[in-house]
Amino acid sequence: MWNVKQLEYGALARRANQIKDELRQGVRKPYKEVIDVFQGDLHRAGMKPLTFVRQVLTACVYPPLINSSNLPLDVRQRAQEELGRCVGESGYYNQTSQIKLYCQFCNVQDIHSTEMRFAHCNILNVLVNREASPRTGVLIPVPCHNKTVLSITQLGAVAVPYYLSEEQGWALQVEELQRALESAKGVCNPVALYVINPGNPAGYVQSQKSVLEVIRFAWEKRLFLLVDELYQDCVYGENCEFVSYKRAVSEMGPPFSGTVELASFHSVSKGFSGECGLRAGYVELVNLDPAVMKYINTLFSKDACSPVLGQIALDLMTDPPKPGDPSYLLYKQVGPENCTLVYVKKVHEVVNSLPGFSCPPIEGGLFAFPRLHLTPKAIQKAKELGLQPDTFYCTRLLEEGGVFTGPGWEYGQKEGTYHIRYNTSRALFKELLRRLSSFHMTFMKDFS
Amino acid sequence: MSQQAVNGVSHRGRVLTLDSMNPNVKRVEYAVRGPIVQRAVQIEKELKEGAKKPFTEVIKANIGDAHAMGQKPITFFRQVLALCAYPALLEDSKFPEDAKQRARRILEACGGHSIGAYSASQGIECIRQDVARYIEKRDGGIPSNPDNIYLSTGASDAIVTILKLLVCGEGRDRTGVMISIPQYPLYSAALADLGAVQINYYLDEDNCWSLNITELRRALSAAREHCNPRVLCIINPGNPTGQVQSRQCIEDVIRFAKEEHLFLMADEVYQDNVYAEGCQFHSFKKVLFEMGPEYSNTVEMASFHSTSKCYMGECGFRGGYMEVINLDPEVKAQLIKLVSVRLCPPVPGQALLDLVVNPPQPDEPSYATFMKERTAVLSALAEKARLTEQIFNTVPGITCNPVQGAMYTFPRITLPQKAIDKAKELGLVPDMFYCMRLLDEEGICLVPGSGFGQREGTYHFRMTILPPTEKLKVVLQKIREFQLRFTQEFS
Repeated sequence: MWNVKQLEYGALARRANQIKDELRQGVRKPYKEVIDVFQGDLHRAGMKPLTFVRQVLTACVYPPLINSSNLPLDVRQRAQEELGRCVGESGYYNQTSQIKLYCQFCNVQDIHSTEMRFAHCNILNVLVNREASPRTGVLIPVPCHNKTVLSITQLGAVAVPYYLSEEQGWALQVEELQRALESAKGVCNPVALYVINPGNPAGYVQSQKSVLEVIRFAWEKRLFLLVDELYQDCVYGENCEFVSYKRAVSEMGPPFSGTVELASFHSVSKGFSGECGLRAGYVELVNLDPAVMKYINTLFSKDACSPVLGQIALDLMTDPPKPGDPSYLLYKQVGPENCTLVYVKKVHEVVNSLPGFSCPPIEGGLFAFPRLHLTPKAIQKAKELGLQPDTFYCTRLLEEGGVFTGPGWEYGQKEGTYHIRYNTSRALFKELLRRLSSFHMTFMKDFS
Repeated sequence: MSQQAVNGVSHRGRVLTLDSMNPNVKRVEYAVRGPIVQRAVQIEKELKEGAKKPFTEVIKANIGDAHAMGQKPITFFRQVLALCAYPALLEDSKFPEDAKQRARRILEACGGHSIGAYSASQGIECIRQDVARYIEKRDGGIPSNPDNIYLSTGASDAIVTILKLLVCGEGRDRTGVMISIPQYPLYSAALADLGAVQINYYLDEDNCWSLNITELRRALSAAREHCNPRVLCIINPGNPTGQVQSRQCIEDVIRFAKEEHLFLMADEVYQDNVYAEGCQFHSFKKVLFEMGPEYSNTVEMASFHSTSKCYMGECGFRGGYMEVINLDPEVKAQLIKLVSVRLCPPVPGQALLDLVVNPPQPDEPSYATFMKERTAVLSALAEKARLTEQIFNTVPGITCNPVQGAMYTFPRITLPQKAIDKAKELGLVPDMFYCMRLLDEEGICLVPGSGFGQREGTYHFRMTILPPTEKLKVVLQKIREFQLRFTQEFS
């Protein structure tokens, strides 16, 4: 299903870049610029970086600015603090890969700050026993972001899909987890369950009940829980609340709280900051065997360290300005606004009003993953061109509408269904919706 | 049926245990941040809590981290990076125009004009072009194609990526990778992690750590008995040994690689750190092309560079690149896929790399200061290299080869038999025992030679030459005193 060899990986991205170049060179098109909503890249999509974060970073990079009256006092103080933790003015490797987090539930010993993908890879690397027969299996949601599948298969493990229920707003159903586990019999040895909450690409937020069910399931079936919580600050659905797996495990009490093995991931790439380019995040490990932790620490140590600017941004994310701080008002105004917005309702409304499109409510995360109900004629045309039907749609949307989105097949979907993914960042949503609606109506007409 | 499914309620063992985990990971060691550093951190904690010791600080001469040891960053670089981080400063008259111009160009190439956006997985295109131009200039005009440049998270990331592509096969067919002994332990760690076969070739300590083709041949034929050797790694200037390979030697290595059909990995991160008289850095790429099309059209190679060393010392930014030569186009497609998994290298690191390959020119306002700072850093290192060799060679029991380049010294220590026996008693490798004692008694943290590899029966340590000159003199003095005491104690 995630047939990575099939079709050219990244062909759409290359074409998008080509079109951007052509536009720069003055080639005439039905649009003046490409709306790039393919990745969860908020800055690329037009969101402005947080002033407070960038001011602190710049003062850390160029310490003479700490004495500049052009920067607010709290910025200058924070920069001084951060540099105090760095030996040698932030150009250096951190002594350890651990950072201080201001969180009452955190055990500082078990946190590694690192580039998110390195964290994923390191933890997976420890879990996947390449010499084992049968091979190690990891349960993965469908749909799922494609990098995760690649990183699992690259290690020689087997990705075992479990399908989220589109009809139930992409709910994670334990019966489906059970089915997936059964399907692995004789194929591989599943050791881990990978969960994304809030979801990517599907914009669900797991209820407390669902989180507890999953934890119980993982405990019963002896599965290591890998939980991707990058979008925890992006929750907007009514009656939705982010529940961290760490907290849930702890509140469940014994035997779960002392035995469920868990790795939770977070990063500065999403949320209010959207600083994907800085490449920083952390993984928190709970209930791991101390003997294994020793080896995990060695693995992280040979990666040198997470980029220092990213670590500083991470620290600022976990300890933002407080009421009374000079930067507080501006931060509060812009920060949460970048994420929790009513416009997501508008996106949902507009998409559902278009014939041939359907989309459950977007409760959280950064993406919309609407379903495309393509006509047999469109599907046929796609086949003729040797393209997946949703790639065909996305290609036409890019060429004619100047909107760069991701085809559903890249994330996995039920056979015979088609989707597209695009990020729902605020900056260009009106223009995005206008172009999407216009293109879609034409497309459906052409292939009716 | 899986063990997991069989396990009922009887015994609640963990899912992830020493038995179930990836066995390769257990073989991974990284001495530079290994047990001795953990002990150093412990001692620092104790000092902070007021413990009384014969010293007031731990001097961390274990890791090649220049800024941590007091080296100043290059002003121009930091100005441009500050402008990139907070573009409002582009209106600030305190920043020079050449810095602003570079910042604008970099931001223009970033998504949303922000260094917080992802870049292409291979790295920002205009930066790759700048890197290619830099390589051409450095190598006397030999063309460099930006498509063959892959920006990376430090050089380490690129090195591991290439190894991932190269390592395959089972049993006797398993890929063998030739690496110098002594070596930088990233290589041994990566090879252990990937389950590749490590093929050791010994550098010649009696001849200033030079590389002999006869030794390469010996290592290769022995290896062919049990694996499939496909890769030859070379670090030039060397780490930990500091030798700078002669041009002749580089030609010989290239010839050998061609004859034996080996993929060359040339780690050149210390290319600006060359101090000794008569020594010069020759890039593998340049020599390869100067050897003519018979070689330049066929030998497959990857060269690595980074922003962590040389005169920049910006390890924390994680900037780097590799240039691949004669890679099969289909393999390149797989390489793109592989690097895309980690999305992209850190953008501030990419920006910094752009400045390194595109520094102030003579006609620009920042040039004078830039050159002054660069020269100061490199000449201080050269002086410290000389001083280190000189002083160590006056200490009985320590012999030190000239530090021709890089940032380290790797002297040989003669250990009394009683000390070796004591170490064995304690379950420690002799040079680890030595270094632990040095740490406990003098607060100096070095890395034992066993972490890098050495000939059986010889012992070494690696020390950086990074502390400021006055402090370095103190460190050398203390090591001398310790060596004398230690020898006396175990005589």
